[in-house]
Amino acid sequence: MSFEVVSRPHVESFIAWAKDKPEVVVLTADLTNSCEVGLWRDTYPDRFFSLGMAEQNLLSFAGGLAREGYTPFVHTFSVFLYRRAYDQLAMSIAYPNLRVRLVGFLPGLTTPGGATHQAIEDIAIMRATPNMTVLEVGDATDVETVLDVAQSVPGPVYLRMLRGDVPRLFPASDPLEFDRARVLSDGDDVTIFSAGIETEHAMVVARALAESGIGVRHLHISTHKPFGDPQILSSAARARVGVVTVENHTVVGGLGSAVAEVMAEGAAGKRLVRVGIGDTYAHGGSRQYLLAEYGLDASGILRAVESLLGSPTGIVPSDLDRLRMDLGFGAASRPVNAEDSL
Amino acid sequence: MARTHGIAAGIRRRVLEHVLAEGEGYLSQACSSAEILALLYARILMLGAPEPSRWAETFPGVPGRGGAPAGLGRWVHGAADPRLDRLVFSPAHYALPLYAALIEVGRLPERALRSFNRDGSTLDMIGAEHSPGFEVTTGSLGQGLSQAAGIATARKTRGESGRVWVFLSDGEFQEGQTWEALASASFYNLGNLRVVVDANGQQCDGRISGVLGIEPLGERVRAFGAYAREVDGHDVVALEEALSGPAEGPLVVIARTDPTRGLPALSKRKMLHTVRLASGEDRRPYEIAYQEMLG
Repeated sequence: MSFEVVSRPHVESFIAWAKDKPEVVVLTADLTNSCEVGLWRDTYPDRFFSLGMAEQNLLSFAGGLAREGYTPFVHTFSVFLYRRAYDQLAMSIAYPNLRVRLVGFLPGLTTPGGATHQAIEDIAIMRATPNMTVLEVGDATDVETVLDVAQSVPGPVYLRMLRGDVPRLFPASDPLEFDRARVLSDGDDVTIFSAGIETEHAMVVARALAESGIGVRHLHISTHKPFGDPQILSSAARARVGVVTVENHTVVGGLGSAVAEVMAEGAAGKRLVRVGIGDTYAHGGSRQYLLAEYGLDASGILRAVESLLGSPTGIVPSDLDRLRMDLGFGAASRPVNAEDSL
Repeated sequence: MARTHGIAAGIRRRVLEHVLAEGEGYLSQACSSAEILALLYARILMLGAPEPSRWAETFPGVPGRGGAPAGLGRWVHGAADPRLDRLVFSPAHYALPLYAALIEVGRLPERALRSFNRDGSTLDMIGAEHSPGFEVTTGSLGQGLSQAAGIATARKTRGESGRVWVFLSDGEFQEGQTWEALASASFYNLGNLRVVVDANGQQCDGRISGVLGIEPLGERVRAFGAYAREVDGHDVVALEEALSGPAEGPLVVIARTDPTRGLPALSKRKMLHTVRLASGEDRRPYEIAYQEMLG
């Protein structure tokens, strides 16, 4: 089994999807090509609004358009949506429950741009925002099929988006489903919940564990809020040893917290280890370097599973590298270029 | 203009009556904005017939999860129509003068004011979009003009002839967002966007000039690419001319106003954002003024 890597899947899929949806408009804040909507602008110039580096106005303006029946897809880096202009996001969009789609790029450690560009607490903040639906994509199929899901929501949506080279982990014919986890493997010992770019790393670990005779039930989460898929509690409750969550986000308020809430309220009675960025800001560096530094690469996930198991598995880094190549993810290292930060 | 003056007098009287009854309230805002609000509702805004059947007298819940629809407070302005106007009322703490204006022009029943600031009512002290007259939620100052620019852009795109009016307070020009909004409104040449500013020179901490000056406001607005006109905000003839005159892009009418107009006793106070009438000594001149208003 080998996964293809799709280059910039959002570019063409968003253009094709929007063709027969005149109500869909795009708003940007000086990051048009950086958010892969340059060709969209050229294709639908009458439905494109450049609002410059002025995010407070951007979000309230989007609310005004939504009140008049348009569906603004606001494209910018995540940090500038939820950090820079949160009051506008809350009062001009979320409070009135308007159909605005906040398409946020550069989730977590996917950018070398450092703390200013890394959205590491966005899911926590968006989960805590009433009326908000929170979606996250983890592969090219998610990128291509999340638009229909987002558009079906009658209120505001925060969409944690990926750009550039995105692996296709899931069949193109298997679309992202609202509030429904994808079950990627099954096993009785450990349950892993992963989201976003962490799913590809968790898949490597799940495969390695399976080869070592440790059964892993692995679920990919794409809807962070609502968080009502009954598979979450049932999958946590049936894990013989315990549960691991893996997220490209701080361990405060994101996927790990959401799973903990479900497990506690559902009396799952299992141990939980949360893999994510600790309660800290990060810094600039390559994705490979940062994921390793913050324990979010396959080795970090493996260490978390071993802490849950209470004993080493005997899996060594070269095993993970081999599986990574087998799965078609290629070399873990990717070159850093200016495009990654801008 | 006699009707406009009568409405303005009614706004001051109703707000003073409330402040005397409750012992405090946003009184100076009624004094400064009475002519502006009266003129808007009497002669400027093109609105449909109010839809009282849509009035939720008791709080219907916030938008989302089965609560009220967005923009419920628009019922007093009538159904949306491409030929008719919208009003974005930005300084939401002016709610009491707004409700008073709506009663004066017959868009809100007189009895509604009895529920002002009462638990479970929709006539909030600081209005939100379930409150009569509030088409959007604006209590966090500086967000109204941007929302209006979005609405105006949508309406311009659709070729609608109705205008989008914004009632703004001068303190909001301290917010960077107001300038972001003006920049976008002039960039997109929103000739359907018309703003009137109650420039009463006051804010919560006192005089704007002593808190963080915003002058010369007209020149600043023009520098951002909008049309700016400055008039005496109590001169309804001049105000009507300024609001009605031609403007090919966004228009900002700066209505210079006196926050003590009609209530000279207020001029003895340094702080005018909220007025508290504590002791009998304090209240006396206001009671006299109220009796005079009743004639």
